[in-house]
Amino acid sequence: MALSVRRFTGGARAAEVRLAYLLVAPAAVCIALVAFYPLLSDLWLSLHSKNLRFPARGEPFVGLQNYLTLMQDGRFWNALRNTSVIAGASVGAELVLGMVAALIIHRAFRGRGMVRAALLVPWAMTTVVTARMWDWIFNANYGIFNALLLNLRLIHAYRAWTASADSAIWAVIGADVWKTMPFMALLLLAGLQMIPFELYEAARIDGAGGWLLFWRITLPLLRPSILVALLFRTLDAVRIFDLPFVLTGGGPGYATETLSIYAYRTLFTNLDFGYGATLSFGMFLVVMVVALFYVKVLGSGAARAV
Amino acid sequence: MAVTRLPSTVSALQRRAPHHGLRSRLWSSLVHPLVIALLLAFCLGPFVWLLETSLKTADDLYRIPPKLLSVPADFRNYLTIWQGRPFLQNVINSAVIASAATTISLLIGSLCAYALARLRFRGKNMILAMVLAVAMFPGIAIVSPLYLFFARLQLINSKLALIFPYVTFTLPLCVWLLTAFFRELPADLEEAALVDGATPLQAFRKVIVPLAAPGVFTAAILIFIFAWNEFLFARTFMNSAESYTVPPAISMFEGTGTFEIPWGQITAASAVVTLPLVALVLVFQRRIISGLTAGAIKG
Repeated sequence: MALSVRRFTGGARAAEVRLAYLLVAPAAVCIALVAFYPLLSDLWLSLHSKNLRFPARGEPFVGLQNYLTLMQDGRFWNALRNTSVIAGASVGAELVLGMVAALIIHRAFRGRGMVRAALLVPWAMTTVVTARMWDWIFNANYGIFNALLLNLRLIHAYRAWTASADSAIWAVIGADVWKTMPFMALLLLAGLQMIPFELYEAARIDGAGGWLLFWRITLPLLRPSILVALLFRTLDAVRIFDLPFVLTGGGPGYATETLSIYAYRTLFTNLDFGYGATLSFGMFLVVMVVALFYVKVLGSGAARAV
Repeated sequence: MAVTRLPSTVSALQRRAPHHGLRSRLWSSLVHPLVIALLLAFCLGPFVWLLETSLKTADDLYRIPPKLLSVPADFRNYLTIWQGRPFLQNVINSAVIASAATTISLLIGSLCAYALARLRFRGKNMILAMVLAVAMFPGIAIVSPLYLFFARLQLINSKLALIFPYVTFTLPLCVWLLTAFFRELPADLEEAALVDGATPLQAFRKVIVPLAAPGVFTAAILIFIFAWNEFLFARTFMNSAESYTVPPAISMFEGTGTFEIPWGQITAASAVVTLPLVALVLVFQRRIISGLTAGAIKG
């Protein structure tokens, strides 16, 4: 990709390298200073005991003590379970709904651009606004969700969806699916548009029906797009913070407390920066494991698709 | 860009492929429109209900079952949201911070992307890996060290405390998009400029930047929306009501005096900060979609 003009002399080559470093430097410095340095600092803090409430106790080194505490911390495992349930359920639902939406929009019809634009509305809406909006929709007394279900005779009496332990997590999942399904649909739609139409025509001439076309052509060829969409969405879902924090506050009790919320509370409510750093670094490790898993699958998937 | 051009070819081909069966006619005249309608209701319904709620009078708000249509519309909520709280200041804060972050991210990101797309140097892969890694960072993993860092520099409640993190966390998107965009531009143009005696930096500024304007614009929209919506850092690094950006302000929007949650005002404030985004999205939907999907497909 390099410009051939500058291949003529060694001096020009050195100048090219110098220029490259100069151009990359601001971004690299920014990333090093605002992302990597804090991450290392987080790891360092997690090996210490530090509570801003008791500055007199200082910041003694405690080794892996915080990590041992974490292993036996029921609230951590609860948060990990909630995070997994939310991520699993909402990404799963989004994949299915997003696929249906993408297939529907992929067909040519009047007003197609309008439908695609409508998909962007939930995506663009601030997550905090989304959370408050769904809080109102799920409202125990005046919420339209209750009124709708009652009219359809799906419930006998109004319920406090966000305030009862067994439904709150589903309220969070429902709101998350609403907000992020469109993104999934758009990624899958872009993938669908890359599949050559001739493949379908050829298969149809050979007598293949709709389902067969979907399983034998669409799904295999869409595999890379699906995996990329899953990677992005799973990483987002594992980090989920804004939506449950504003919609349920992690409650009732700890019923919807995610890893991010637990870490945040430990840090900025209890001011326990040592253990909070352990929780948040643990969270980083979880995210990296998820990312590596997908990248590995993605790598082999991409190889197979070629 | 290619993505947005494809549909016309697809529809042309589909028109050529005839469906005459009863099932397919039933499908295209009944089932398909029905599913489209359901999809639209699913995506827009909650937002429409938000708008409806913001136009209700205090009495209509608390009706069981809810009153579906807010007629006559009551715009009082849109006036009261500005009173007794620094909401206007919050909106201004968000606008200033998001604009600054967008500008700086584009500046830094486009230079980096140009080097990645056009120049040969050692460590290119490492830079790419670093940028990608940042895209996966959980914000919570760095929020406390950054807090201590900004506190030491006395930057808590300063706009800089949000601008720097926003620039950093939008760099992956910016670099990724622009690198892909620069790679598609023909290298001959710059080579011609270089032969004519321009320095590489001049070639970049005079030749590449104007040609890449659509890509830069797409990146700008996506970065702005990210910065406008961010909550975790905004809530942590700003701790006075006057310095809040929109998301923390909306999350803590309470009545000024009453104990009841002021849903009319909350929904009105939500509408005020969402409608500009919706307008942006409707006007630039093609660009946004191609920007969102470019990374996924080319990556």
